[in-house]
Amino acid sequence: MKKTDVLIIGGGPAGLAAAVELKKKGIDDILILEREKSLGGILRQCIHDGFGLTRFKETLSGPEYAQRFIDQVEELNIPYITDTTVIDVTDSKMVYAASSKGLLEIQAKAVVLAMGCRERTRGAISIPGERPAGVYTAGVAQSYINLYNKMPGKEVVILGSGDIGMIMARRMTLEGAHVNAVFEVQPYPSGLPRNIEQCLNDYNIPLFLSHTVTEIKGKERLEAVVVSQVDEHFNPIPGSEKEYPCDTLILSVGLIPENELSLEAGVELDARTKGAIVDEHYQTTIEGIFAAGNVLQVHDLVDFVSLEGEKLADSVADYILSGKSSESSGGNGGSGGIGGRQSAVKPLTKCTAEIITDSNITHTIPQRISGKEDFKISLRVRRPMKEVTIQFLQEDKVIKSVKMKKALPAEMIQIPIKSELLEEGKDLEVKVVC
Amino acid sequence: MLREYTCIMCPKGCDMTAELDDKGTLLSVSGHTCKKGEEYVIQELTDPRRNIATSVLIEGGEIPLVSVRLTSAIPKDRIFDAMEVIKKVKVKAPVEVGQVIIQNILELDSDVVITKKVGIV
Repeated sequence: MKKTDVLIIGGGPAGLAAAVELKKKGIDDILILEREKSLGGILRQCIHDGFGLTRFKETLSGPEYAQRFIDQVEELNIPYITDTTVIDVTDSKMVYAASSKGLLEIQAKAVVLAMGCRERTRGAISIPGERPAGVYTAGVAQSYINLYNKMPGKEVVILGSGDIGMIMARRMTLEGAHVNAVFEVQPYPSGLPRNIEQCLNDYNIPLFLSHTVTEIKGKERLEAVVVSQVDEHFNPIPGSEKEYPCDTLILSVGLIPENELSLEAGVELDARTKGAIVDEHYQTTIEGIFAAGNVLQVHDLVDFVSLEGEKLADSVADYILSGKSSESSGGNGGSGGIGGRQSAVKPLTKCTAEIITDSNITHTIPQRISGKEDFKISLRVRRPMKEVTIQFLQEDKVIKSVKMKKALPAEMIQIPIKSELLEEGKDLEVKVVC
Repeated sequence: MLREYTCIMCPKGCDMTAELDDKGTLLSVSGHTCKKGEEYVIQELTDPRRNIATSVLIEGGEIPLVSVRLTSAIPKDRIFDAMEVIKKVKVKAPVEVGQVIIQNILELDSDVVITKKVGIV
């Protein structure tokens, strides 16, 4: 059995950023496990530009953005194994992985969950009709075109106005396909305004809000979809049906953090984010297991994924290093742990205060804080709003408020909170006032 | 006359309003939160440009395709012309990020560069 200080599951943007930052903080014993053949995660297929404006102050394509981190991983000699899939994680930080060389068993002091997210599928949104070929999720279509040189189809309809769907509308148009329209069940777009502009408007692709696909037709291959308008309860309005002949239906209907491994380890998930419940250190409900990036909450910008990975790494480094210093000064040899487990770590500050939100907010990260440390809160609003104030309260007293011109569900809002504003151990209430 | 714009220069996507006179000359811009917004509106009115990202075939590489992009934006109405030119290019592995594969495409003052490192099989 192998041992490591920090085991990182996933070599995408979150895992790479965490690894580089850990190394810079003095943690040398790191291992990244990646299930694909190369590092980079989803960025490998996101060949469009627009990445890196926050992180690098320039606009890069996905592969270039990833390469910046991969180069650092190589330069810093951070160990990684590709083509290896983690199949189990336990609450005592034992990690089991399957590779062509056999089963890997690794005991880690800290585990970083950086597995990213998955796309919601046709099954997840229950579109009625037949089951022909030609129905793809946006990310799958993107990998076919950008990685495997396969064109999914020629006559396209897109359901869902997620960013990847809109980016695929443009990509398929550039490759000669005809994209009929994008349909969104919500009364507002779920992707960023700039993508509506540069991916749809630029190519005269119409976006229909409050519309959804209500039937899929075709035997072998998709032949047509029926689209209906929906009412405010998302129920199709009878008589509004319209048939669109097409050979391809692309679904861009949401992303779900991929947390099967987290559940195996006993990590408690948040029903709202479908990711782990974490504190200000990005530590989950299991001590020594941390999470960042899309496995924690679905982001709209990779720059924020990297920043989250780095922030997590700072806490993981504290967790490992403070344990090491107490181990050498205490002379206990690290063998005093429960059941003889590795114990050369020191628990981080306890976070017992909850973050409570009003109905205008879908979720926050973190969900728990100590009140003793600075932290950055991430949140999303439930519906588009203008001229809003985001208020933070403890015991009904406003401790901070931030004004915003507009707040959209498509845009994650991040606000730093200083510890001097906070009272230790008291719940923090977050409200959107408009 | 007022015209609405959504800035595409960064993910913020500011909603902007441009005030134009009868001849279409820009009088003022509002709603932007940085100077890039105003520049974007001027560019859109006079000479709208976009960057494009696509892929080219690669021989002897670990993958069949390698991604490319333009070093600077080209006029919007030349995008499909540029796609035609890029489509015909085939490169040989290995390639590095930033490697130029077409210089000054269609004489539009923009190069086509590799955006993904691809090693030999």
